[in-house]
Amino acid sequence: MHQREAKSDLASSGGARGGKMALDAAQASATPAIAATARILAQLKDQPGPLLPVLHAVQHELGCIPAEAVQTIAEALNLSRAEVHGVITFYPHFRSEPAARHTLEVCRAESCQSMGGEHLAAHARAKLGCDFHASAPDGSFTLEPVYCLGLCAQSPAVMIDGQPHARVTPDKLDRLLARAQETTA
Amino acid sequence: MSAPIVVYVPRDAAALAVEADAVAQAIERIADERGLSVQVVRNGSRGLLWLEPLVEVTTPAGRVAYGPVAPEDVAGLFDAGWLTGAEHPLHQGLTEEIPYLKQQERLTFARVGVTDPLSLHDYAAHGGLTGLKRALAMEPGHIIDEMVTSGLRGRGGAAFPTGIKWKTVAGSPSDQKYIVCNADEGDSGTFADRLLMEGDPYVLIEGMTIAGLAVGATYGYIYVRSEYPHAIETLEAAITRARTVGWLGNDVHGSGRRFDLEVRKGAGAYICGEETSLLESLEGKRGVVRAKPPLPAISGLFGKPTVINNVISLATVPIILAKGAAYYRDYGVGRSHGTLPFQLAGNLKQGGLVEKAFGLSLRDLLYEFGGGSASGRPLRAVQVGGPLGAYLPESQWDVPLDYEAYIQISAMIGHGGLVAFDDTVDMARMARYAMEFCAIESCGKCTPCRIGSTRGVETIDKIAAGGANPQQRAQQVHLLRDLCDTMMGGSLCALGGMAPYPVLSALNHFPQDFGIESSQPAAHAA
Ligand SMILES: Cc1cc2nc3c(=O)[nH]c(=O)nc-3n(C[C@H](O)[C@H](O)[C@H](O)COP(=O)(O)O)c2cc1C
Ligand code: SF4
Ligand code: FES
Repeated sequence: MHQREAKSDLASSGGARGGKMALDAAQASATPAIAATARILAQLKDQPGPLLPVLHAVQHELGCIPAEAVQTIAEALNLSRAEVHGVITFYPHFRSEPAARHTLEVCRAESCQSMGGEHLAAHARAKLGCDFHASAPDGSFTLEPVYCLGLCAQSPAVMIDGQPHARVTPDKLDRLLARAQETTA
Repeated sequence: MSAPIVVYVPRDAAALAVEADAVAQAIERIADERGLSVQVVRNGSRGLLWLEPLVEVTTPAGRVAYGPVAPEDVAGLFDAGWLTGAEHPLHQGLTEEIPYLKQQERLTFARVGVTDPLSLHDYAAHGGLTGLKRALAMEPGHIIDEMVTSGLRGRGGAAFPTGIKWKTVAGSPSDQKYIVCNADEGDSGTFADRLLMEGDPYVLIEGMTIAGLAVGATYGYIYVRSEYPHAIETLEAAITRARTVGWLGNDVHGSGRRFDLEVRKGAGAYICGEETSLLESLEGKRGVVRAKPPLPAISGLFGKPTVINNVISLATVPIILAKGAAYYRDYGVGRSHGTLPFQLAGNLKQGGLVEKAFGLSLRDLLYEFGGGSASGRPLRAVQVGGPLGAYLPESQWDVPLDYEAYIQISAMIGHGGLVAFDDTVDMARMARYAMEFCAIESCGKCTPCRIGSTRGVETIDKIAAGGANPQQRAQQVHLLRDLCDTMMGGSLCALGGMAPYPVLSALNHFPQDFGIESSQPAAHAA
């Protein structure tokens, strides 16, 4: 028991100090994000080109890629922290902060524009009271732009919590948002 | 009890986006309540997307289509007797006889919408594996010859001959080679890759396996954009099943040959559709474009010789091998052989997928298939080939869809997607969007693209704000053209190099939207 505590102390300060921390030690970390990240790394790090799969898995589990996970990833993959940070910030899909309870992605590409997509985007902004790349003040939705969902023949299109919706009007959007909130209220 | 009546409800993302799941559930529930024996099969989409969810009932005369079916329509359909193909306002007749479908030439998409995408049995029963079986009995060089003779050119945009690419990889000795499938499909107005991956995943697996045999590669990756969760799910399920029955693995179809593959997920960057940027991303780096040479065919993924092809290119390989190069080659015009899955999107009544031989016109697609605008207003501009493609005014809608004919008018066919706009479109805004998109998506490696696109947005804003001063406006237009020149000449890849196409075409063909009288330079195509 005593030993385990010592281990987790080491682990939780390891990230901050930038020291080398063995993956199994990190897996036992008291910081859940570090422990989860280490578990994912142990599973995925030996495949060729592991970084994107690791980042996807971390974000899937933790909702984002928190700063404390970056160090663990960098060490396990023999990269600098700057390199991992550089990759995270290059890809719009990855986030360093958690999103709101729900995510609304509105397509802003050409086909959706041709069918009133910009009007729909304006409606979403007003409805949620926030701009793109931000969250509604009540924490209900994060609003993100997306450039094509492959639903262009039924424009305009949106994605709510990973579910696609097509031929969306402002009224239909209101109903869909309400429904999303009910399902996990 | 008699055999259940088979009812097809698509599970493609486009159908799910308009409540196909709820429709399928309603069918099962109501059939149950009424004691009717119905088996619901979730197929891919036929690509008649304005009719989705397009539900088909199997009758002795063939499959009868109803669409678009909303969950609340289902009870009425049962009341009308749809299980025997009865009349109803949503009745579309025999699916195969719907003109939109009947007039197509479906080679690559032959099975899409017909079969259960994950059924190994359906795949084999509908002509799958014929190409691979033939390839397994051939010398690798002979497979490549077939590909060269077929005239297939890359369907991902650049139209480079697929067989020639394979030949280079085959001729690069190495202990390891890779087949990479580019399933990034980032262009607005394109969804053929998605439709195929969700509707017939085994054809892509078969095509990649044949590519592996031809060039001596034993491993493949399918790089799918993260915006396509359903495609990823379908592919992963298909790969697992294919491995279980020995279609993939160490002994492909008992041939003693090895080939396996996996799906990798992108992360929202458009530039990762560019082949070298995609390879960087697969290696776990920022998706920054590599300078060529070396070609990926010589030094690609992890520095090894790599075939990188688009989904449709690879999915077309099996039919070429199955029916022979000449069969495929005889479709099309000029040096544009075979068929292309054209994708009709934007402001059209009947958006969807139309696989046809090259050589028809945009006008045919817009009106015969697309049925004209969805808004009922006149169509005004059509962007062909994605966000880097030119905007075509009506005067160009009769040019045959043929790679070379399009280059002649400073346009490109690209991936075969078209986005139609009605007369309410503001072309200066669309030009601004093209520049803005380039600024958002630039990988940042070269200055003309990274900075030029931002300056482009500013310049277009100045033109729009030019008010009553035509001279200032003319000056800014001149500047914008200069900037486009610099981007075209000084960019490493087509993102910066082609973003000027939508901008210049808008300026040349729709000058009034920029508040100028006409477009000056003689360079502008007919
Ligand atoms: C900015 C940019 C984006 C691209 N996006 C895609 C894409 O999403 N899918 C694709 O297959 N090819 C895309 N390409 C083309 C690829 O670089 C490459 O030519 C293609 O994958 C080769 O396959 P193919 O010969 O079978 O067409 C893109 C090119 C550029 C410059
Ligand atoms: S043109 Fe743009 S996207 Fe292409 S390499 Fe240069 S900076 Fe990157
Ligand atoms: S442009 Fe919006 S879904 Fe394709």
